Amino acid sequence: MTETPLTRNINPEKGPTDLTAYEANGGYQAVRDTIGQADPKSVLETISDANLRGRGGAGFPTGMKWSFVPAPSDTGHRYLVANADEMEPGTFKDRLLMEFDPHQLVEGMILSAYTISADIGYIFIRHEYHTAIQRLREAIQQAEDRNYLGNNIQGSQFSFKLHVHVSAGRYICGEETALLNSLEGKRAIPRAKPPFPQVSGLWGRPTIVNNVETLCNIPHIIANGADWFKSLGIGKDAGTKLYGVSGRVNNPGCWELPIGTTGREIVEQHAAGMKKGYSLRGFLPGGASTDFLIDEHLDLPMDYESIQQAGSRMGTGTMIILDDKTCPVGMVANLEKFFARESCGFCTPCREGLPWVKEILDTIEAGDGQPGDIETLERQAKFIGGLGNTHCAHAPGAIEPLTSGLKYFRDDFEAHIKDQKCRYSQEAVR
Amino acid sequence: MTVIHVDGKEYEVEPGSNLLEALLSAGLDVPYFCWHPAMGSVGACRQCAVVQYANDDDTQGRIIMSCMTPVTDNARFSVATESASGFRESVIENLMLNHPHDCPVCEEGGECHLQDMTVMVGHRDRQYTGKKRTHKNQYLGPLVGHEMNRCITCYRCVRFYQDYAGGSDLAAFSSRDKVYFGRAEDGVLENEFAGNLVDVCPTGVFTDKTLSKHYTRKWDLQSAATICMGCAQGCNTYTSERYGEVRRVHNRFHQDVNGYFLCDRGRFGAGFVNSDDRIKQAGIRRDDGLYEAVSLAEAVSQASDMINASQRVVGIGSARASLESNQALRTLVGADNYCNGMADIEREMHAIIIEALKSDIATPSMREVEQYDAILILGEDITNHAPRLALSVRQATRNKAGEMAVETKLALWQDAAVRELAQNSLSPLMIATPTQDRLDDVATLSTRLDSAGIARLGFAIADQLHDIKIAEDDALEATVSAITETLSAAKRPLVISGTSSRNADVMRSAANVAAALKEINPNTGLCLCASECNSVGVALMDNEHSLTALLGSSPDTVVVLENDLATTLGADFKQIASSIKNLVVIDHLDNATASMSDLVLPAATFAEAEGTYVNNEGRAQRSMAVFVPGHHGAASDIKASYHLLDNLADRSRTSSEVRAEMVSHSPQLQKVIDAAPSEDFTVRGSKIARMSHRASGRTAMLADVSVHEPQQPADADSAMTFSMEGVQQQAPASLRAFTWSPEWNSNQSIMKFQESVAGSDRFGISGALLVEKTQPPVVYDATVKQIGQLVPQHHIFGSDPLSNHAEELASLAPQLYIKMNDQAAGELGVSSDDGLSYQADGQSLEFRVIIDNAIPDNCLVYPLVPDTDCLTGLDEVSLTRIDDWTPPGPAGKAQLITSDRAN
Repeated sequence: MTETPLTRNINPEKGPTDLTAYEANGGYQAVRDTIGQADPKSVLETISDANLRGRGGAGFPTGMKWSFVPAPSDTGHRYLVANADEMEPGTFKDRLLMEFDPHQLVEGMILSAYTISADIGYIFIRHEYHTAIQRLREAIQQAEDRNYLGNNIQGSQFSFKLHVHVSAGRYICGEETALLNSLEGKRAIPRAKPPFPQVSGLWGRPTIVNNVETLCNIPHIIANGADWFKSLGIGKDAGTKLYGVSGRVNNPGCWELPIGTTGREIVEQHAAGMKKGYSLRGFLPGGASTDFLIDEHLDLPMDYESIQQAGSRMGTGTMIILDDKTCPVGMVANLEKFFARESCGFCTPCREGLPWVKEILDTIEAGDGQPGDIETLERQAKFIGGLGNTHCAHAPGAIEPLTSGLKYFRDDFEAHIKDQKCRYSQEAVR
Repeated sequence: MTVIHVDGKEYEVEPGSNLLEALLSAGLDVPYFCWHPAMGSVGACRQCAVVQYANDDDTQGRIIMSCMTPVTDNARFSVATESASGFRESVIENLMLNHPHDCPVCEEGGECHLQDMTVMVGHRDRQYTGKKRTHKNQYLGPLVGHEMNRCITCYRCVRFYQDYAGGSDLAAFSSRDKVYFGRAEDGVLENEFAGNLVDVCPTGVFTDKTLSKHYTRKWDLQSAATICMGCAQGCNTYTSERYGEVRRVHNRFHQDVNGYFLCDRGRFGAGFVNSDDRIKQAGIRRDDGLYEAVSLAEAVSQASDMINASQRVVGIGSARASLESNQALRTLVGADNYCNGMADIEREMHAIIIEALKSDIATPSMREVEQYDAILILGEDITNHAPRLALSVRQATRNKAGEMAVETKLALWQDAAVRELAQNSLSPLMIATPTQDRLDDVATLSTRLDSAGIARLGFAIADQLHDIKIAEDDALEATVSAITETLSAAKRPLVISGTSSRNADVMRSAANVAAALKEINPNTGLCLCASECNSVGVALMDNEHSLTALLGSSPDTVVVLENDLATTLGADFKQIASSIKNLVVIDHLDNATASMSDLVLPAATFAEAEGTYVNNEGRAQRSMAVFVPGHHGAASDIKASYHLLDNLADRSRTSSEVRAEMVSHSPQLQKVIDAAPSEDFTVRGSKIARMSHRASGRTAMLADVSVHEPQQPADADSAMTFSMEGVQQQAPASLRAFTWSPEWNSNQSIMKFQESVAGSDRFGISGALLVEKTQPPVVYDATVKQIGQLVPQHHIFGSDPLSNHAEELASLAPQLYIKMNDQAAGELGVSSDDGLSYQADGQSLEFRVIIDNAIPDNCLVYPLVPDTDCLTGLDEVSLTRIDDWTPPGPAGKAQLITSDRAN
């Protein structure tokens, strides 16, 4: 049995891990050993050495991200924000971590804040996660009572105040700078970079935004060391990863596995294969905003580089399966409807381009497609998806299912237009 | 300079600028929407995309937004490459999905940046077949129209309104392709600069309602370079006409004065030219006391007789008339019998301004005001009295943000990022006024004092700058110390005051503060706001002769030039006016003085006559006539005041002949000649056209009168034609009648006339600074005289005698109110929304009581509007509470008072 540090306290049938159980299993030991004891620089070194990469989707090395925070030069606030706005369709990994082991996130944030000298933290969490919100608030209160949080933590000079901020609910709030604007009470519009949040983030102050799963790894890396963490991964990447599968599989769910586990193992072993009568037509490897891959790619290790080389992105590591009885055009139309609706409305290609794409897809799916529609879709996909064409990464991600859908399922698009109807039964996702 | 390579050509560009600015400054055409030369970059529209190459071997390059990309040495770009131009075409195509294509019925058509950019990128055929998104429009008040369906979501409107002008009632709502720019609910836009939305909107969402009501396409307008009559700042405007009616006013860029923006008084106030209150014919009072309209010739002849028969004739000049008209009056009556028409207190205050102008303390232009890093305002509500200056002061408070950006190595054009970094960090702005001030939201210190208190504060600051401490127990001590410390620490401190408090002590104290600061910091500035568009001009011409002295010298005949003595003399008016034997009035609007006159001559407004006006920096600027009254329709007797005055002496001179005489009498005005070229000026033998080449109606618009095309009127006073014949684009800036350049039909075409984006004019600076700043500053005696209870409050809409006659602005003028604190209310026995009555000399006024505890004890703040002229100059008034009073009037006006109170 491989190690599962992130989920070792998690057993959904038993309910959430409380403070006593968390501490009994070594919880907050890293806080007691580190805060006021270790030099933040050496902690940062450990995180960098561990090769932890951001689990929110982009896979940016966490240590490097933290190293861009300037050394404290004034007395102003510095912030750490946990991005718990898990709005990516098909993704539910952070929810598991927050609902069943809230102290792990809290401990990860305390240690991270210590490393970057942040004095205020926010957990920016999506509105729908009622249970997680409640459990995190309780955990924060308990941690404060034990002086793991608050002023002069464990007798040190280090103070850290942690708040739960419930999002008003937009997909774009998952984009770290839109998240910061939203947290400031402004419109959730991403910011141009540079300047990066590390330099001018929340309220113009140095800020780090990390994904929940990323932060949950921190206590384990600090407790067990970089080498231990690196040994957990199978390929080039380090640590474990929460992989998920949704779609017509026998056992949809979420599992902590060594990073680099193959898609086939995840789908066939952990998700127990396709339901009877369905076969796999394709899959989105890391949430709705990643390119489709097909059966032949299942044998690739699910790590950042391998999936990228295959033309997609590992994203959040939570796969959505397209089966052979579901219309790919309908699925893409459904996804683009979501992304068009969730555009913040700031830049032109995203704001105007995605609704047009959505409209053409709806028309095709409804049997009213016209010759030339596919060419228009391709032109729009290039316009919307090109590197640097848009203000943030929303539109390029949004267009990935379409671009790859046209690549792998072009026949379906053409047949819809030629036959003026959808040949799939109306079980199609709508 | 930084060297960049664009499509194989090398360009030297301004280091630190963004690529879009650099390309535009180099004369290249790159389309854009969200970037604005005064507002920087945010990267929203994606229209200015070009390709950047990583190195010499890179043949693909990558798309970048030129507005968001700093120029770096030897960087390689392509504007023309297909991947860039194709992308830009797609941006337009997508922007236009929901655009209604209603150009034929859109006010912006023909001067639309969206049209220009669409043509520039070459997008033509429409692929989109879906339905268009539609929006509901809002009522935004009488000035600005709203047609949201045309919106292309560039965010310029909210960036101007909120970020630049400090407004809070216009915002971006909703998201995705449903973003909506408007108010939370229908209602009058509150910001004093809302009219600029018409200019900053690249298409026809925000439109000028005063133009819409008698709409004319840009190319059918006859226009000229004019100077705003609204206050003493001297903003440059284009005023445009058709069929003898002023149709609109819009911004005329001047790099040192108004830049890209106007206030709403200036933009929407020129409606007085078309007012029903215009004096259109000469008139003579008959023996029965009634007025008779007579021909100009008869009136001139009778007036001449009146003057010739008089023992003593005096001329009352005007601070809102041109220098030329004042000079013609001075010639007519003789220098000893002429005064500049200001009340004695005004004359005293303007003497201080003239002394400040002559001193070696800098008098900043509005552009320069933006560079000061600590500002003290004494007694002047500049938003209401010198509105455009308030916009500059608001930008100056962002110098702190600029400093922080430089420390973080952030370019200043990174607008959103700089604002994010700075948050609420402000450069110090310290305001001492009697009531709440629109700039309080960006002030680091606001204190409420009556004008004597403000003067004492100012003198104490000046003392403390000289290390003379005021008494520890003085209530002002903490404020004085805080302000003194801040000003001493500043790199570029600026003191602002002015005439609106009608208390010369305030201005003297401000001058002393500046003088004391100048001793420790040569970069000190002093800005004193004058009263009217030509107050400084006439004060420079003659500030010695007293109005009351002249009127008291038993004249037989008094010639009053464009001056309503009811406003000027205030409470004393009726008594003085009724003692005048022969009162000759030359004016363009009916007023109380005209009503009491014996003879009236119909004067031209700024739109009908050339004239020179001097703003409060001492900058002489020529305003050109836009049209000739009477060319369309019945013949008109309206003439420039200086021509009428010359006629009275049986003379006829051009404006430059009048100016030549003026400078020979008043050498201090010598540079007035340089403000603009005179009538003999030509470009390659041609005069300057007031109409565009496309003025489609010029040859046909009088066809209903006669099919024989009449000759266009000639303009003996200027180097311009009332026609499309003549030079347009090569005109000097002071004569240029409109901006237009091939492919640039909108107001953005101004960049084609600038040396670089937002830079100086390629065709010369217009206007001339008159005063040499060589003398040591005058240090005034620090005595403060006792003042009365009454505190006049200027209103951007309501306090200007001319724009009050523009119906849209008149509808926004405040109803009569008196604001006071609880203490004063207690003494008067009134509470909020009670009525107060004032009765004297047959005058009866009713005021609404507004309680505002920020107002100092014993102060009664009242609005300076025509109805309250009778209070001007009074120290004490007797007010009585009206029993069972119900507040009058429509909701619109009441609303303005309420929002005033909510500030």
